[in-house]
Amino acid sequence: MTWARKVLSIDRRYIFLLVAAGVVLPLLRPLNLPITVTPRVQAAYDAIDALPPGSKVLLSMDYEPDIMAELFPMSVAVLRHCFKKHLQVIAMTLYPAGTGLGQQALHTAAKAEGAVLNKDYAWLGYKSGFQVVMIGIGENLRGMYPVDFYGTPLDSIPVTRGVNSYRQMAMVINLSGSSATDYWIQFAQGRFHAPLVVGCTAVMATDYYPYLSSKQILGLVGGMKGAAEYERLIGILGDARRGMDAQSLVHVIVALLVILGNLALFVSKRAGEDLGGRPAGSMTR
Amino acid sequence: MRRGPLLVTFLSGAAVAALFFIPNYKAQAVNNKLLEWTLVVYAFALILGSMSLWNSHARKLKVRAEGWPFSLVTLVSLVVITVLGIWKGVDEGSPVGRIYNTVNSPLASTMFALLAFVIASAAFRAFRARSVEATLLLITAIVMMIGRVSIGPIISPHLPGITEWLLDVPNLAAKRAIAIGVGLGAVSTALKIILGIERSYLGRS
Repeated sequence: MTWARKVLSIDRRYIFLLVAAGVVLPLLRPLNLPITVTPRVQAAYDAIDALPPGSKVLLSMDYEPDIMAELFPMSVAVLRHCFKKHLQVIAMTLYPAGTGLGQQALHTAAKAEGAVLNKDYAWLGYKSGFQVVMIGIGENLRGMYPVDFYGTPLDSIPVTRGVNSYRQMAMVINLSGSSATDYWIQFAQGRFHAPLVVGCTAVMATDYYPYLSSKQILGLVGGMKGAAEYERLIGILGDARRGMDAQSLVHVIVALLVILGNLALFVSKRAGEDLGGRPAGSMTR
Repeated sequence: MRRGPLLVTFLSGAAVAALFFIPNYKAQAVNNKLLEWTLVVYAFALILGSMSLWNSHARKLKVRAEGWPFSLVTLVSLVVITVLGIWKGVDEGSPVGRIYNTVNSPLASTMFALLAFVIASAAFRAFRARSVEATLLLITAIVMMIGRVSIGPIISPHLPGITEWLLDVPNLAAKRAIAIGVGLGAVSTALKIILGIERSYLGRS
Protein backbone atom coordinates (compact mmCIF):
# COMPACT_ATOMS: atom_id res chain seq x y z
CA MET A 1 0.00 0.00 0.00
CA THR A 2 1.46 3.37 -1.06
CA TRP A 3 1.45 6.47 1.15
CA ALA A 4 -1.39 7.84 -1.00
CA ARG A 5 -3.58 4.81 -0.33
CA LYS A 6 -2.83 5.06 3.39
CA VAL A 7 -3.79 8.75 3.39
CA LEU A 8 -7.07 8.05 1.60
CA SER A 9 -8.06 5.39 4.12
CA ILE A 10 -7.08 7.35 7.22
CA ASP A 11 -9.39 6.96 10.22
CA ARG A 12 -11.51 10.09 10.46
CA ARG A 13 -10.91 10.23 14.23
CA TYR A 14 -7.37 11.45 13.47
CA ILE A 15 -8.93 14.34 11.53
CA PHE A 16 -11.20 15.09 14.49
CA LEU A 17 -8.14 15.14 16.77
CA LEU A 18 -6.34 17.51 14.41
CA VAL A 19 -9.32 19.89 14.32
CA ALA A 20 -9.68 19.72 18.10
CA ALA A 21 -5.99 20.64 18.49
CA GLY A 22 -6.49 23.50 16.01
CA VAL A 23 -9.36 24.87 18.09
CA VAL A 24 -8.01 24.31 21.60
CA LEU A 25 -4.32 25.23 21.30
CA PRO A 26 -4.79 28.84 20.06
CA LEU A 27 -7.41 29.41 22.77
CA LEU A 28 -4.95 28.23 25.44
CA ARG A 29 -1.97 29.99 23.89
CA PRO A 30 -3.17 32.94 21.72
CA LEU A 31 -1.24 33.64 18.52
CA ASN A 32 -2.51 37.24 18.35
CA LEU A 33 -2.84 37.20 14.57
CA PRO A 34 -3.46 40.65 13.08
CA ILE A 35 -7.04 41.65 12.23
CA THR A 36 -7.49 43.70 9.05
CA VAL A 37 -10.70 45.71 8.76
CA THR A 38 -12.74 45.16 5.57
CA PRO A 39 -14.69 48.03 3.90
CA ARG A 40 -18.10 46.56 4.78
CA VAL A 41 -17.40 46.41 8.52
CA GLN A 42 -15.81 49.85 8.37
CA ALA A 43 -19.01 51.12 6.69
CA ALA A 44 -21.16 49.62 9.47
CA TYR A 45 -18.93 51.19 12.12
CA ASP A 46 -18.92 54.58 10.37
CA ALA A 47 -22.73 54.59 10.00
CA ILE A 48 -23.23 53.98 13.73
CA ASP A 49 -20.37 56.26 14.72
CA ALA A 50 -21.86 59.17 12.74
CA LEU A 51 -25.09 59.19 14.79
CA PRO A 52 -25.35 62.10 17.23
CA PRO A 53 -25.42 61.25 20.97
CA GLY A 54 -28.93 60.60 22.28
CA SER A 55 -30.14 59.09 18.98
CA LYS A 56 -32.51 56.16 19.32
CA VAL A 57 -31.33 52.91 17.75
CA LEU A 58 -33.44 49.77 17.35
CA LEU A 59 -31.32 46.62 17.77
CA SER A 60 -32.89 43.28 16.91
CA MET A 61 -30.82 40.27 17.99
CA ASP A 62 -32.49 37.51 16.00
CA TYR A 63 -30.50 34.40 16.83
CA GLU A 64 -30.42 31.44 19.18
CA PRO A 65 -27.59 29.70 21.08
CA ASP A 66 -26.53 27.49 18.14
CA ILE A 67 -24.85 30.44 16.41
CA MET A 68 -23.94 32.48 19.47
CA ALA A 69 -20.22 31.92 18.83
CA GLU A 70 -20.50 34.28 15.86
CA LEU A 71 -23.30 36.66 16.81
CA PHE A 72 -22.98 37.07 20.57
CA PRO A 73 -19.53 38.78 20.44
CA MET A 74 -20.91 40.87 17.57
CA SER A 75 -23.89 41.95 19.70
CA VAL A 76 -21.65 42.89 22.60
CA ALA A 77 -19.28 44.86 20.33
CA VAL A 78 -22.10 46.77 18.59
CA LEU A 79 -23.83 47.48 21.92
CA ARG A 80 -20.60 48.71 23.49
CA HIS A 81 -20.07 51.02 20.53
CA CYS A 82 -23.61 52.37 20.92
CA PHE A 83 -23.13 52.92 24.65
CA LYS A 84 -19.73 54.55 24.12
CA LYS A 85 -21.41 56.96 21.68
CA HIS A 86 -24.28 57.58 24.18
CA LEU A 87 -26.87 56.23 21.74
CA GLN A 88 -30.12 55.01 23.27
CA VAL A 89 -30.73 51.38 22.36
CA ILE A 90 -34.14 49.77 22.07
CA ALA A 91 -33.34 46.05 21.94
CA MET A 92 -35.56 43.14 20.95
CA THR A 93 -35.48 39.61 19.51
CA LEU A 94 -37.71 37.71 17.09
CA TYR A 95 -36.59 34.30 18.40
CA PRO A 96 -38.02 32.71 21.57
CA ALA A 97 -34.65 31.25 22.58
CA GLY A 98 -32.95 34.54 21.78
CA THR A 99 -34.34 36.23 24.86
CA GLY A 100 -31.69 34.90 27.23
CA LEU A 101 -28.86 35.75 24.82
CA GLY A 102 -30.18 39.27 24.21
CA GLN A 103 -30.36 39.90 27.93
CA GLN A 104 -26.84 38.54 28.44
CA ALA A 105 -25.44 40.71 25.64
CA LEU A 106 -27.13 43.80 27.07
CA HIS A 107 -25.90 43.07 30.61
CA THR A 108 -22.33 42.38 29.42
CA ALA A 109 -22.12 45.54 27.30
CA ALA A 110 -23.92 47.70 29.87
CA LYS A 111 -21.59 46.52 32.65
CA ALA A 112 -18.51 47.27 30.55
CA GLU A 113 -19.68 50.74 29.51
CA GLY A 114 -21.66 51.72 32.62
CA ALA A 115 -25.01 51.88 30.78
CA VAL A 116 -28.23 51.75 32.78
CA LEU A 117 -31.46 49.87 31.98
CA ASN A 118 -34.28 52.18 30.81
CA LYS A 119 -31.99 55.23 30.86
CA ASP A 120 -29.55 54.07 28.17
CA TYR A 121 -31.31 51.02 26.84
CA ALA A 122 -34.68 49.26 26.87
CA TRP A 123 -35.30 45.54 26.48
CA LEU A 124 -38.52 44.64 24.69
CA GLY A 125 -37.85 40.88 24.66
CA TYR A 126 -39.40 38.39 22.24
CA LYS A 127 -42.37 38.83 19.94
CA SER A 128 -43.47 36.20 17.40
CA GLY A 129 -43.99 36.88 13.70
CA PHE A 130 -41.22 38.42 11.62
CA GLN A 131 -42.95 40.72 9.14
CA VAL A 132 -45.95 41.38 11.40
CA VAL A 133 -43.69 42.77 14.11
CA MET A 134 -41.60 44.80 11.66
CA ILE A 135 -44.66 46.38 10.03
CA GLY A 136 -46.27 46.82 13.45
CA ILE A 137 -43.27 48.81 14.70
CA GLY A 138 -43.50 50.97 11.58
CA GLU A 139 -47.19 51.68 12.18
CA ASN A 140 -47.39 51.91 15.97
CA LEU A 141 -44.68 50.64 18.35
CA ARG A 142 -47.05 50.59 21.33
CA GLY A 143 -49.59 48.50 19.45
CA MET A 144 -46.92 45.84 19.09
CA TYR A 145 -45.18 46.37 22.46
CA PRO A 146 -47.50 48.01 25.05
CA VAL A 147 -44.94 47.05 27.74
CA ASP A 148 -41.27 46.03 27.77
CA PHE A 149 -39.91 42.58 28.73
CA TYR A 150 -40.26 43.41 32.44
CA GLY A 151 -43.86 44.62 32.12
CA THR A 152 -43.08 48.36 32.30
CA PRO A 153 -45.26 50.54 30.00
CA LEU A 154 -43.15 52.09 27.24
CA ASP A 155 -44.22 55.62 28.21
CA SER A 156 -42.65 55.09 31.64
CA ILE A 157 -39.26 54.24 30.10
CA PRO A 158 -37.11 57.27 29.19
CA VAL A 159 -35.51 55.47 26.22
CA THR A 160 -38.84 54.64 24.55
CA ARG A 161 -40.77 57.75 25.57
CA GLY A 162 -41.83 59.62 22.42
CA VAL A 163 -40.82 56.75 20.13
CA ASN A 164 -43.81 55.59 18.10
CA SER A 165 -42.28 54.11 14.96
CA TYR A 166 -39.13 53.95 12.83
CA ARG A 167 -39.51 57.69 12.20
CA GLN A 168 -38.19 58.42 15.69
CA MET A 169 -35.34 55.93 15.33
CA ALA A 170 -32.07 57.05 13.77
CA MET A 171 -31.16 53.53 12.73
CA VAL A 172 -32.18 49.88 12.78
CA ILE A 173 -29.46 47.29 13.44
CA ASN A 174 -30.26 43.67 12.76
CA LEU A 175 -27.95 40.89 13.97
CA SER A 176 -29.35 37.65 12.64
CA GLY A 177 -28.58 34.08 11.69
CA SER A 178 -31.70 33.56 9.60
CA SER A 179 -34.04 34.98 6.97
CA ALA A 180 -35.14 37.62 9.50
CA THR A 181 -32.63 39.91 7.79
CA ASP A 182 -34.48 39.61 4.47
CA TYR A 183 -37.64 40.84 6.16
CA TRP A 184 -35.85 43.73 7.89
CA ILE A 185 -34.58 44.80 4.46
CA GLN A 186 -38.02 44.41 2.86
CA PHE A 187 -40.06 46.11 5.55
CA ALA A 188 -37.97 48.31 7.88
CA GLN A 189 -35.82 49.62 5.02
CA GLY A 190 -37.91 49.03 1.89
CA ARG A 191 -41.29 50.10 3.19
CA PHE A 192 -40.45 52.47 6.05
CA HIS A 193 -37.05 53.71 4.76
CA ALA A 194 -35.25 53.15 8.06
CA PRO A 195 -31.42 53.26 7.75
CA LEU A 196 -30.31 49.67 8.27
CA VAL A 197 -27.07 48.01 9.35
CA VAL A 198 -26.84 44.22 9.19
CA GLY A 199 -24.75 41.68 11.08
CA CYS A 200 -25.02 37.99 10.19
CA THR A 201 -23.20 34.66 10.20
CA ALA A 202 -20.26 34.23 7.82
CA VAL A 203 -22.12 31.82 5.53
CA MET A 204 -25.01 34.26 5.17
CA ALA A 205 -22.90 37.34 4.47
CA THR A 206 -22.59 36.79 0.72
CA ASP A 207 -26.40 36.87 0.39
CA TYR A 208 -26.47 40.53 1.42
CA TYR A 209 -23.79 41.98 -0.85
CA PRO A 210 -26.38 43.08 -3.46
CA TYR A 211 -28.21 45.13 -0.80
CA LEU A 212 -24.95 46.74 0.22
CA SER A 213 -24.13 47.86 -3.30
CA SER A 214 -27.69 49.18 -3.76
CA LYS A 215 -27.28 51.13 -0.46
CA GLN A 216 -30.31 49.38 1.07
CA ILE A 217 -28.03 48.42 3.93
CA LEU A 218 -25.36 50.80 5.18
CA GLY A 219 -22.88 48.24 6.47
CA LEU A 220 -22.41 44.51 6.85
CA VAL A 221 -20.67 42.67 9.69
CA GLY A 222 -20.18 39.03 8.70
CA GLY A 223 -19.40 36.22 11.12
CA MET A 224 -16.78 36.04 13.81
CA LYS A 225 -14.27 37.73 11.50
CA GLY A 226 -16.60 40.72 11.13
CA ALA A 227 -17.15 40.81 14.89
CA ALA A 228 -13.38 40.70 15.45
CA GLU A 229 -12.93 43.61 13.03
CA TYR A 230 -15.63 45.55 14.89
CA GLU A 231 -13.90 44.82 18.22
CA ARG A 232 -10.68 46.16 16.73
CA LEU A 233 -12.42 49.31 15.53
CA ILE A 234 -13.83 50.09 18.99
CA GLY A 235 -10.54 49.11 20.64
CA ILE A 236 -11.55 46.11 22.72
CA LEU A 237 -10.21 42.55 22.96
CA GLY A 238 -13.36 40.45 23.06
CA ASP A 239 -14.37 36.86 22.36
CA ALA A 240 -14.33 37.37 18.58
CA ARG A 241 -10.70 38.51 18.44
CA ARG A 242 -9.71 35.68 20.77
CA GLY A 243 -11.67 33.18 18.64
CA MET A 244 -10.15 34.29 15.33
CA ASP A 245 -6.83 32.54 16.05
CA ALA A 246 -8.66 29.22 16.40
CA GLN A 247 -10.80 29.88 13.32
CA SER A 248 -7.71 30.78 11.25
CA LEU A 249 -5.90 27.62 12.25
CA VAL A 250 -8.89 25.36 11.56
CA HIS A 251 -9.38 26.96 8.13
CA VAL A 252 -5.73 26.24 7.33
CA ILE A 253 -6.10 22.63 8.55
CA VAL A 254 -9.22 22.08 6.38
CA ALA A 255 -7.51 23.64 3.33
CA LEU A 256 -4.42 21.46 3.83
CA LEU A 257 -6.58 18.37 4.26
CA VAL A 258 -8.41 19.10 0.99
CA ILE A 259 -5.11 19.58 -0.86
CA LEU A 260 -3.65 16.42 0.71
CA GLY A 261 -6.75 14.38 -0.15
CA ASN A 262 -6.64 15.48 -3.80
CA LEU A 263 -2.89 14.89 -4.06
CA ALA A 264 -3.27 11.39 -2.62
CA LEU A 265 -6.12 10.61 -5.02
CA PHE A 266 -4.07 11.86 -7.99
CA VAL A 267 -1.01 9.80 -7.01
CA SER A 268 -3.15 6.77 -6.30
CA LYS A 269 -4.82 6.94 -9.73
CA ARG A 270 -1.50 7.47 -11.47
CA ALA A 271 -0.16 4.33 -9.75
CA GLY A 272 -3.25 2.47 -11.04
CA GLU A 273 -4.23 1.34 -7.56
CA ASP A 274 -7.42 -0.57 -7.02
CA LEU A 275 -9.61 1.64 -4.88
CA GLY A 276 -11.72 -1.23 -3.67
CA GLY A 277 -14.70 -0.80 -6.01
CA ARG A 278 -15.90 2.34 -4.19
CA PRO A 279 -15.17 5.96 -4.84
CA ALA A 280 -11.78 6.96 -3.57
CA GLY A 281 -11.95 8.79 -0.29
CA SER A 282 -15.45 7.65 0.62
CA MET A 283 -16.24 7.28 4.31
CA THR A 284 -14.69 4.04 5.49
CA ARG A 285 -15.10 4.40 9.22
CA MET B 1 -66.00 21.02 0.34
CA ARG B 2 -62.86 22.86 -0.75
CA ARG B 3 -64.64 26.00 -1.93
CA GLY B 4 -64.60 27.55 1.56
CA PRO B 5 -60.79 27.41 2.11
CA LEU B 6 -60.19 28.45 -1.50
CA LEU B 7 -62.47 31.47 -1.11
CA VAL B 8 -60.81 32.48 2.19
CA THR B 9 -57.38 32.15 0.56
CA PHE B 10 -58.44 34.20 -2.47
CA LEU B 11 -60.08 36.97 -0.43
CA SER B 12 -57.36 37.29 2.20
CA GLY B 13 -54.51 36.98 -0.32
CA ALA B 14 -56.00 39.49 -2.75
CA ALA B 15 -56.96 41.90 0.04
CA VAL B 16 -53.51 41.91 1.70
CA ALA B 17 -51.76 42.27 -1.68
CA ALA B 18 -54.03 45.18 -2.66
CA LEU B 19 -53.79 46.90 0.75
CA PHE B 20 -50.01 46.95 0.49
CA PHE B 21 -50.30 49.37 -2.45
CA ILE B 22 -53.15 51.56 -1.12
CA PRO B 23 -51.78 54.43 1.01
CA ASN B 24 -55.24 55.57 2.27
CA TYR B 25 -55.31 55.59 6.10
CA LYS B 26 -58.56 53.60 6.27
CA ALA B 27 -57.08 50.91 4.06
CA GLN B 28 -53.97 50.85 6.24
CA ALA B 29 -56.13 50.54 9.37
CA VAL B 30 -57.75 47.45 7.85
CA ASN B 31 -54.29 46.16 6.92
CA ASN B 32 -53.08 46.64 10.52
CA LYS B 33 -56.11 44.81 11.85
CA LEU B 34 -55.39 41.89 9.53
CA LEU B 35 -51.78 41.87 10.76
CA GLU B 36 -53.01 41.72 14.36
CA TRP B 37 -55.07 38.69 13.41
CA THR B 38 -51.88 37.07 12.15
CA LEU B 39 -50.42 37.35 15.66
CA VAL B 40 -53.47 35.51 17.02
CA VAL B 41 -52.96 32.81 14.41
CA TYR B 42 -49.29 32.53 15.48
CA ALA B 43 -50.36 32.10 19.11
CA PHE B 44 -52.76 29.31 18.18
CA ALA B 45 -50.10 27.69 16.00
CA LEU B 46 -47.85 27.57 19.08
CA ILE B 47 -50.55 25.76 21.07
CA LEU B 48 -51.20 23.41 18.15
CA GLY B 49 -47.46 22.74 17.79
CA SER B 50 -47.10 21.93 21.50
CA MET B 51 -50.08 19.57 21.36
CA SER B 52 -48.68 17.87 18.25
CA LEU B 53 -45.28 17.48 19.96
CA TRP B 54 -46.98 15.97 23.02
CA ASN B 55 -49.10 13.52 21.01
CA SER B 56 -46.22 12.40 18.82
CA HIS B 57 -43.84 11.67 21.71
CA ALA B 58 -46.53 10.27 24.02
CA ARG B 59 -47.38 7.73 21.30
CA LYS B 60 -43.71 6.70 21.00
CA LEU B 61 -43.49 6.35 24.77
CA LYS B 62 -46.66 4.27 24.97
CA VAL B 63 -45.52 1.66 22.43
CA ARG B 64 -41.88 1.83 23.60
CA ALA B 65 -40.78 2.74 20.07
CA GLU B 66 -37.11 2.98 19.18
CA GLY B 67 -35.51 5.92 21.01
CA TRP B 68 -38.40 6.24 23.51
CA PRO B 69 -36.11 7.54 26.32
CA PHE B 70 -35.51 10.64 24.17
CA SER B 71 -39.27 11.13 23.92
CA LEU B 72 -39.48 10.89 27.70
CA VAL B 73 -36.80 13.59 28.06
CA THR B 74 -38.69 15.80 25.57
CA LEU B 75 -42.01 15.44 27.41
CA VAL B 76 -40.49 15.99 30.87
CA SER B 77 -38.63 19.08 29.57
CA LEU B 78 -41.81 20.45 27.97
CA VAL B 79 -43.81 20.09 31.19
CA VAL B 80 -41.07 21.29 33.56
CA ILE B 81 -40.16 24.39 31.51
CA THR B 82 -43.80 25.33 30.92
CA VAL B 83 -44.73 24.97 34.62
CA LEU B 84 -41.59 26.77 35.85
CA GLY B 85 -42.04 29.54 33.29
CA ILE B 86 -45.65 30.21 34.32
CA TRP B 87 -44.91 29.83 38.04
CA LYS B 88 -41.55 31.61 38.45
CA GLY B 89 -41.29 33.74 35.30
CA VAL B 90 -38.66 33.72 32.56
CA ASP B 91 -36.27 36.45 33.71
CA GLU B 92 -32.51 35.83 33.69
CA GLY B 93 -32.37 34.94 37.39
CA SER B 94 -35.43 32.67 37.30
CA PRO B 95 -35.14 28.84 37.20
CA VAL B 96 -36.04 28.92 33.47
CA GLY B 97 -33.34 31.53 32.88
CA ARG B 98 -30.78 29.40 34.72
CA ILE B 99 -31.79 26.24 32.82
CA TYR B 100 -31.50 28.22 29.59
CA ASN B 101 -28.01 29.49 30.44
CA THR B 102 -26.63 26.24 31.84
CA VAL B 103 -28.34 23.59 29.68
CA ASN B 104 -29.99 24.91 26.52
CA SER B 105 -27.34 27.41 25.52
CA PRO B 106 -24.27 25.10 25.88
CA LEU B 107 -26.10 22.14 24.29
CA ALA B 108 -27.21 24.11 21.23
CA SER B 109 -23.73 25.63 20.79
CA THR B 110 -22.10 22.21 21.14
CA MET B 111 -24.35 20.67 18.50
CA PHE B 112 -23.45 23.41 16.05
CA ALA B 113 -19.74 23.26 16.94
CA LEU B 114 -19.67 19.57 15.97
CA LEU B 115 -20.14 20.76 12.37
CA ALA B 116 -16.49 21.86 12.30
CA PHE B 117 -15.35 18.27 12.81
CA VAL B 118 -17.81 16.77 10.35
CA ILE B 119 -17.02 19.39 7.68
CA ALA B 120 -13.26 18.86 8.08
CA SER B 121 -13.61 15.11 7.63
CA ALA B 122 -16.13 15.42 4.77
CA ALA B 123 -14.00 18.02 2.96
CA PHE B 124 -10.95 15.73 3.16
CA ARG B 125 -12.83 12.73 1.77
CA ALA B 126 -15.32 14.21 -0.68
CA PHE B 127 -14.01 17.56 -1.99
CA ARG B 128 -12.33 16.29 -5.17
CA ALA B 129 -11.08 17.99 -8.33
CA ARG B 130 -12.88 15.57 -10.67
CA SER B 131 -13.72 18.09 -13.41
CA VAL B 132 -12.80 21.62 -14.50
CA GLU B 133 -15.81 23.07 -12.67
CA ALA B 134 -15.03 21.11 -9.49
CA THR B 135 -11.39 22.24 -9.67
CA LEU B 136 -12.45 25.88 -10.00
CA LEU B 137 -14.79 25.49 -7.04
CA LEU B 138 -12.06 23.81 -5.01
CA ILE B 139 -9.47 26.52 -5.72
CA THR B 140 -12.01 29.27 -4.93
CA ALA B 141 -12.98 27.55 -1.69
CA ILE B 142 -9.36 27.26 -0.55
CA VAL B 143 -8.62 30.89 -1.45
CA MET B 144 -11.75 32.04 0.44
CA MET B 145 -11.03 29.84 3.47
CA ILE B 146 -7.52 31.19 3.85
CA GLY B 147 -8.07 34.73 2.56
CA ARG B 148 -11.00 35.53 4.84
CA VAL B 149 -9.24 34.75 8.13
CA SER B 150 -6.48 36.55 9.99
CA ILE B 151 -3.73 34.24 8.76
CA GLY B 152 -4.52 35.04 5.09
CA PRO B 153 -2.46 38.26 4.72
CA ILE B 154 0.49 36.53 6.46
CA ILE B 155 0.47 33.70 3.89
CA SER B 156 0.12 36.13 0.97
CA PRO B 157 -0.64 39.88 1.01
CA HIS B 158 -2.67 39.39 -2.21
CA LEU B 159 -5.15 36.92 -0.70
CA PRO B 160 -7.50 39.46 0.96
CA GLY B 161 -7.69 41.44 -2.31
CA ILE B 162 -8.53 38.30 -4.29
CA THR B 163 -11.26 37.30 -1.82
CA GLU B 164 -12.74 40.81 -1.96
CA TRP B 165 -12.84 40.59 -5.77
CA LEU B 166 -14.48 37.15 -5.62
CA LEU B 167 -17.13 38.50 -3.26
CA ASP B 168 -17.71 41.78 -5.06
CA VAL B 169 -17.81 40.57 -8.67
CA PRO B 170 -18.71 36.90 -9.34
CA ASN B 171 -20.57 36.44 -6.05
CA LEU B 172 -22.54 39.68 -6.40
CA ALA B 173 -23.55 38.90 -10.00
CA ALA B 174 -24.72 35.39 -9.09
CA LYS B 175 -26.59 36.56 -5.98
CA ARG B 176 -28.42 39.27 -7.95
CA ALA B 177 -29.50 36.75 -10.58
CA ILE B 178 -30.69 34.33 -7.89
CA ALA B 179 -32.55 37.10 -6.01
CA ILE B 180 -34.41 38.21 -9.15
CA GLY B 181 -35.27 34.60 -10.02
CA VAL B 182 -36.49 33.84 -6.49
CA GLY B 183 -38.55 37.05 -6.43
CA LEU B 184 -40.29 36.25 -9.72
CA GLY B 185 -40.84 32.66 -8.57
CA ALA B 186 -42.39 33.83 -5.28
CA VAL B 187 -44.80 36.19 -7.11
CA SER B 188 -45.78 33.40 -9.50
CA THR B 189 -46.36 30.88 -6.67
CA ALA B 190 -48.36 33.43 -4.63
CA LEU B 191 -50.59 34.18 -7.63
CA LYS B 192 -51.13 30.47 -8.25
CA ILE B 193 -52.19 29.96 -4.61
CA ILE B 194 -54.45 33.05 -4.53
CA LEU B 195 -56.14 32.05 -7.79
CA GLY B 196 -56.62 28.46 -6.64
CA ILE B 197 -54.37 26.91 -9.30
CA GLU B 198 -51.93 25.54 -6.70
CA ARG B 199 -53.97 23.56 -4.14
CA SER B 200 -51.45 21.20 -2.53
CA TYR B 201 -51.71 23.13 0.78
CA LEU B 202 -55.27 21.80 1.14
CA GLY B 203 -54.01 18.24 1.56
CA ARG B 204 -54.92 15.10 -0.39
CA SER B 205 -58.49 14.38 0.75
